[in-house]
Amino acid sequence: MKNRMMNSASAIGLLVGAGLAGATLTATSAHAADLTLCWAAWDPANALVEMSKDFEAQSGHKMSFEFVPWPNFADRMLNELNSGGKLCDLLIGDSQWIGGAAENGQYVKLNDFFDKEGIKMDDFLPATVTGYAEWPKNSPNYYALPAYADVVGWTYRKDWFSRPELQAEFKEKYGRDLDVPKTLAELKDIGTFFQGRDIDGKTVYGAAIYTERGSEGITMGVTNALYNYGFKYENPDKPYDLEGFVNSAGAVEALEYYKALYDCCTPPGASDAYMSQNIDAYKSGQVAMQMNFAFIWPGVENDPNVGGGKSGYFANPAGPAGQFAQLGGQGISVVANSDNKDAALEYIKWFSQKDVQQKWWDVGGASAMRSVVEAPSFASSQPYAQTFLDSMAIVKDFWAEPSYASLLLPMQERVHNYVVAGKGTAKEALDGLVKDWDEVFEDEGKK
Amino acid sequence: MSESFIDRAARAAPPVFAQKVKGLSDRAIAWIFVAPTIFILLAINIFPLIWTIYLSFTNFRVNRPNNPVEWVGLQNYQRILGDADVWITMQATAHFLIWTIVCQVLIGFTLAYLINKKFRGNDLWTTIIVLPMMLSPAVVGNFWTFLYQPQIGLFNYIVGSVTGADPSSFSMIGEVSLAPWAIVIVDTWMWTPFVMLICLAGLRSIPESIYEAAECDRASKWRQFWTITIPMILPFLMLAVLFRGIENFKMFDLVVQLTGGGPGNTTTLTSIDLKREAFEKWRTGYSSAYAVILFVTVFGLASIYVKALNKVKQR
Repeated sequence: MKNRMMNSASAIGLLVGAGLAGATLTATSAHAADLTLCWAAWDPANALVEMSKDFEAQSGHKMSFEFVPWPNFADRMLNELNSGGKLCDLLIGDSQWIGGAAENGQYVKLNDFFDKEGIKMDDFLPATVTGYAEWPKNSPNYYALPAYADVVGWTYRKDWFSRPELQAEFKEKYGRDLDVPKTLAELKDIGTFFQGRDIDGKTVYGAAIYTERGSEGITMGVTNALYNYGFKYENPDKPYDLEGFVNSAGAVEALEYYKALYDCCTPPGASDAYMSQNIDAYKSGQVAMQMNFAFIWPGVENDPNVGGGKSGYFANPAGPAGQFAQLGGQGISVVANSDNKDAALEYIKWFSQKDVQQKWWDVGGASAMRSVVEAPSFASSQPYAQTFLDSMAIVKDFWAEPSYASLLLPMQERVHNYVVAGKGTAKEALDGLVKDWDEVFEDEGKK
Repeated sequence: MSESFIDRAARAAPPVFAQKVKGLSDRAIAWIFVAPTIFILLAINIFPLIWTIYLSFTNFRVNRPNNPVEWVGLQNYQRILGDADVWITMQATAHFLIWTIVCQVLIGFTLAYLINKKFRGNDLWTTIIVLPMMLSPAVVGNFWTFLYQPQIGLFNYIVGSVTGADPSSFSMIGEVSLAPWAIVIVDTWMWTPFVMLICLAGLRSIPESIYEAAECDRASKWRQFWTITIPMILPFLMLAVLFRGIENFKMFDLVVQLTGGGPGNTTTLTSIDLKREAFEKWRTGYSSAYAVILFVTVFGLASIYVKALNKVKQR
């Protein structure tokens, strides 16, 4: 009797199981979609391709990827959004794009979806939520899920810094140990110390910094000095009031500092350098220090020339007005014009899971989920993990206005003209920037 | 020979009947053939031009399709012509145009003159000289950024070994004083062969008999050069100048690849500036006005030049 009951129960179980499996299969195949995820072409994107295989297996959706090299990324993707293209279902877009994409209805607003799926923005680092997901800033309107936390920081040649003869010479010259700089002034001293120095029969230089003209490079670099000397994008009490903030005395001093750093400490010909040029300069042993986004750190650690303990990492040093660093990174959004919004939302739900976020960090991505980065073991998980945390705690971001491109281009031009081309003064450059930005906001009807 | 039926019918038919095919007049048939071309021309040339002129008087932004489009009159034109940066860009373009044309015409003509002499292997040399213009400008730009590298670049190494300067002490594309010349050098390297080919065609079109007659009159080689070669090749040279002038006025890819318009805005040519205004800042109305100004400038200069060219050809 017992056996018969067991057999019957098993048969019912099998039938129910088969039925459920069939239903699941039917449901999956009914909704199976070909999703295209668009992002920049870089190492983290390759890691995401590997990770997404789990999503494909679980969901039945097929993932395709459209990766565009960084110099063309904004042009290509913003054209895609502006033209109402259907190439991308999911887009990991730059933080500055949020404003424009939200106001122009190019990204799906995710609040209802987050509420329905129990995805909480409190689970992510606050700076990344503000930077990558919100529009207007500091309002609970979400257009993205923080996807890749990134920030400008520094890499240095720990092996060179630790050489006794260099330690002694530095101490004699500057009266302190040759160590990670605590201030921007100290960073310049170290850069000057290494500039033109002969190390192992090769001439080396102080620091590789951002100077690129064509896209956003020099802006992403110079802000690391500007913020720390008191530059503010606008009057905190009166939006779009720029005079005296963008071109404050501190901001002028900061720009002068960045030019001095460029003049004293960069390798010859580094007049148009951004992420990849700085990586090349550092990995080829040309420079003692490198300014770059944190995404490069796993690659540095694994590099045969400069990895394996030869390199160290530090957050952007403090200036007279505080310690800040330029935010990088991106959020993942659903493109409003997509025909596969439901499937795209499924991807975001999958990506927001804690174990997926942990794996994201493990494979070389950069999770913004607090449970991952605030775990006790996180700081020791990689040699750069603590610096990543320190840096993410001091971030500031460029304008995320819909007209961000119109704001970025004059900054690129004004700053490059002064720092690299040596035209005019820092005050003239920043006064000119105020004029340009005022014009943009007047065009926008915001002034 | 007896007349064919068709010949007789054609002669017998009244003129009006001869001009008609299935009820269509010659004029109608002509229109049927010409209309598609006119339609395409209107659609892809004339309409965009008129639309651009219209947009140049508005504040339209293509990335804000929902914003109301306002008529702003001449405001865009005033802004452009009153903007010092635009004039700097114009100066950079003029510098690039003048020097590339001067260098390319001088070197191109010299090369053509030398290649035109009968010597062993001149066909091979022609092929070798022509190679750079067969490359993509993006490839050439990328290639020369390496050549211009202060530490590993061959260009700096050669200049250093000739002048005794430290190769890493100067950056051709990183210094304000050198960058405009860096782009002139690359464009000259790439496009001189084109001018050379045009000049070569011109030189080979001069009849040998003219030189033989000059020889009989005991004219010196120098005299033959100035009184036969130069006047007869002048229309070809002017044509080369026209082609290179138009091409270089719209130069974009090579310079973007080489310098990105920098350092500062030292090598920002008008085409680069226009692209930034139109497709990065998305100021469509403003950039339309910019495009109209450039169009009028090029059209005006080209018209004057073509008239001069025709006069030279008629001489």
